[in-house]
Amino acid sequence: MRKFMGSVDLRQIYTPIGQMAIFVAGAGALCSVIMIILALLCRGSGADQVLQATQGVGIFEYTVNNLPQVLIDGMTIGFVYAAIALGYTMVYGVLQFINFAHSEIFAIGAFCGVESLIALDGAGILAKAGTISSFGYLGLALLIGMAAAGGMAVLVERIAYRPLRNSPTLVALISAIGVSFALQDVIRLTESLTTGQFYRVIPTFGNFDDRIGLFHIGSRMIDIQVKSVVVIIAAVAMLVALNYLVKATKVGKAIRAVAQDKNTAALMGIGVNAIISLTFLVGGSLGGAAGVMYALKFTRIDPFVGFMPGIKAFAAAVLGGIGNLTGALLGGMVLGMIESFAGAYLGTYTMGAFGAEYKDMVAFLILILVIIFRPNGLLGEQVAQKA
Amino acid sequence: MKESIKRALQSFMVFLNQGKTPYFVCIGLIVLGTILVYFSPRSIPAFLLFVFSASSIYWLKLNRAARLALAVIFAVVLVPILGARNVFYLEVIFQIAVFSALALGLNIVVGFSGLLNFGYMAFYAVGAYLWAFFGSQQPNLLHSTVTTKALNTPFFLAPDWFYLFVFLGVIVAAILGLILGLPVLRVRGDYLAIITLAFGEIVRQLANNLDKPLNFTNGPQGITPIQRPTMPEGVLHFLNTIVKPIVGHPVTINQAYNILFYFIALCVVVAVIVVTYRLDDSKVGRAWTAIREDELSAGAMGINANKLKLGAFAVGASFAGAMGVLFAASRTFVSPETFTFLQSVGVLTMVILGGIGSITGVIVGATLVTLLNIQVLQSFSLYLSQLRQSDASILGFHWSHLSNQLDPTKYQRLIFGILLVVMMIYRPTGLLPAARRKRELDHAPEDGDLAEKGAERV
Repeated sequence: MRKFMGSVDLRQIYTPIGQMAIFVAGAGALCSVIMIILALLCRGSGADQVLQATQGVGIFEYTVNNLPQVLIDGMTIGFVYAAIALGYTMVYGVLQFINFAHSEIFAIGAFCGVESLIALDGAGILAKAGTISSFGYLGLALLIGMAAAGGMAVLVERIAYRPLRNSPTLVALISAIGVSFALQDVIRLTESLTTGQFYRVIPTFGNFDDRIGLFHIGSRMIDIQVKSVVVIIAAVAMLVALNYLVKATKVGKAIRAVAQDKNTAALMGIGVNAIISLTFLVGGSLGGAAGVMYALKFTRIDPFVGFMPGIKAFAAAVLGGIGNLTGALLGGMVLGMIESFAGAYLGTYTMGAFGAEYKDMVAFLILILVIIFRPNGLLGEQVAQKA
Repeated sequence: MKESIKRALQSFMVFLNQGKTPYFVCIGLIVLGTILVYFSPRSIPAFLLFVFSASSIYWLKLNRAARLALAVIFAVVLVPILGARNVFYLEVIFQIAVFSALALGLNIVVGFSGLLNFGYMAFYAVGAYLWAFFGSQQPNLLHSTVTTKALNTPFFLAPDWFYLFVFLGVIVAAILGLILGLPVLRVRGDYLAIITLAFGEIVRQLANNLDKPLNFTNGPQGITPIQRPTMPEGVLHFLNTIVKPIVGHPVTINQAYNILFYFIALCVVVAVIVVTYRLDDSKVGRAWTAIREDELSAGAMGINANKLKLGAFAVGASFAGAMGVLFAASRTFVSPETFTFLQSVGVLTMVILGGIGSITGVIVGATLVTLLNIQVLQSFSLYLSQLRQSDASILGFHWSHLSNQLDPTKYQRLIFGILLVVMMIYRPTGLLPAARRKRELDHAPEDGDLAEKGAERV
């Protein structure tokens, strides 16, 4: 055991956790500061008066009171985006190709995880489960979702992408979009043929809906749902594991070698196809796990559930610098925070003219602006664009 | 095997194209199609044969005058009359025309200049909402919501402004194309595709959400009613005196409108085809090809790539804008549902199925996909639901147990998706490849990647 521990490069575990902490704190602090400044500027405005009249608090107090909850929400959703974004970024790093079907891989993970929980629920197991065993069952669902999504990602690569590996980028991209559409309907077909309904709701079990109180602000209790904690812990664990795999193991070295130069890597005796399949497996299973977490957090999923998180996670990957693992984390966190802030405050600040429904648009705008003005992202290296 | 089939086909074509034979074959096909559709208006094979007979005008070797005459007779006489007999066919052909124009517009962006555009429906949406807003009561309802809508609100413009708005749609969509085109100058390849996707989604979400603070689009409910242009004097009278005996029943005002919109769509499509052909053969078209193949070399040859790319976006968008206006008027209803990413990919499927960059191919692609969508799939759905109601059982399986969800019309995504993947893998040039692309691919050097070969050995 000691020998094993001795060979583990602990730095590769501390560093990503430290990075994540910095990213969460940094993105959160930045958004909070901007929001507080905005709140100070808006004192006395129409929005302020409306709030005074309806809720009896000024816009500044309103903003500050809601801030911790918004930050926690942003962090949770940010981790989900980061986990999905890693799938895009790994594939892009290795193949310079946008795996558009990743959003459906995510959906497949979500459906397989939820279906297995529904099966357990149907057998009456979940109802009897205690606190600890319910965590066990959730872990099982997570693993099933990961396995299904990873397997599907490998299959998709084998069928639809490998024959096109030497074609122009756009040919592969069109094929990826085709796969994405076909998979949406495959999910819908299988789900609706079995029960007549194409959406699924995750069964309630365990204590995931409970809220843990954290601290008080005035009379308000700031709390966090158990499932948010689960999502955050699972995401952190997976991100650390992935980081370790890529940066500190021999397989990871092979992945990096293939990403850098396929031909030379092949000459060095690396099985390029096997490594690419592995990349899809790892990226896909991360997406699948994110899918189960998404289902846990938002409870209802349908076959088209992947599109929005997928496109947002892609925006996150681009924002952080596509091809860069740390960048995907940063991008996911920033996007999660911005979305959470937009969802919480946009309606109040514009007096209902623009509500939370514009939060999706915010992600698209960020995507467009980043691609136009900083296509290499926040952390991306200078890479020549491929036509 | 493949070779012998090819040779048999070739000799058959030679046989068909000898002397006067093509004229007889073409006229024969059209007459046969017309008679079949006339006497069995509900049969789908008859209708497919009718559509196929039109294509024979193109692929048989006829002289120019005969071709033109046959095409005009087909489009101006046969289709409206048969359409008046069974309005559903007119609807199908109208849709084919709309999607052909859309696909041709997208073809300019994707096929000619090689810029992938996933947000094409945005321009269609802009055209549609342009007339939907000005051609309805909406400008007078800016301060009311769906529920507080006053009943007798007057319309904002007279219905005949429609014709002006077809041109306005062209201009507004082209300007929007220029605005979207601006990022093109900085971005290439897959990033461009993603930007256009995001743009398309933004436009759809705006349409979905701009019911407040001022009610521009009426939100997810969509705008209705939208005015149609006034029916020209005497058309209904003409239809009911001369066409009525042929059709066998009086022509209602709605059917007359269907015919009117068919003719407007026909005009737009013909204009679009002419513009596309002229562009393809022009200096601009060649410059687009040069940019598509190698932007750097094109620049070195003195081509202003930025200007031409913007031009491609504007021209492509303008076709969609015109069709959008037409669509809004013909449906008298628009809602954001029509302009989803699915529809953008649907139009892309038409372009890719038919053949990127090939004008005939794109029209064929649009025809095939539209027929598949609203004819073949629908009749298949109908067939399945009939089976469900019957008590038949095959191999012990009772059809009545078949799930209601198994409705082929709902599975467009599956079909588009599989079509895209299969085409990309087996025939990336499409069914009827553009001559230029075909030449390129036939002479493409066959050097596989070193990594590929190495990897297969490992």
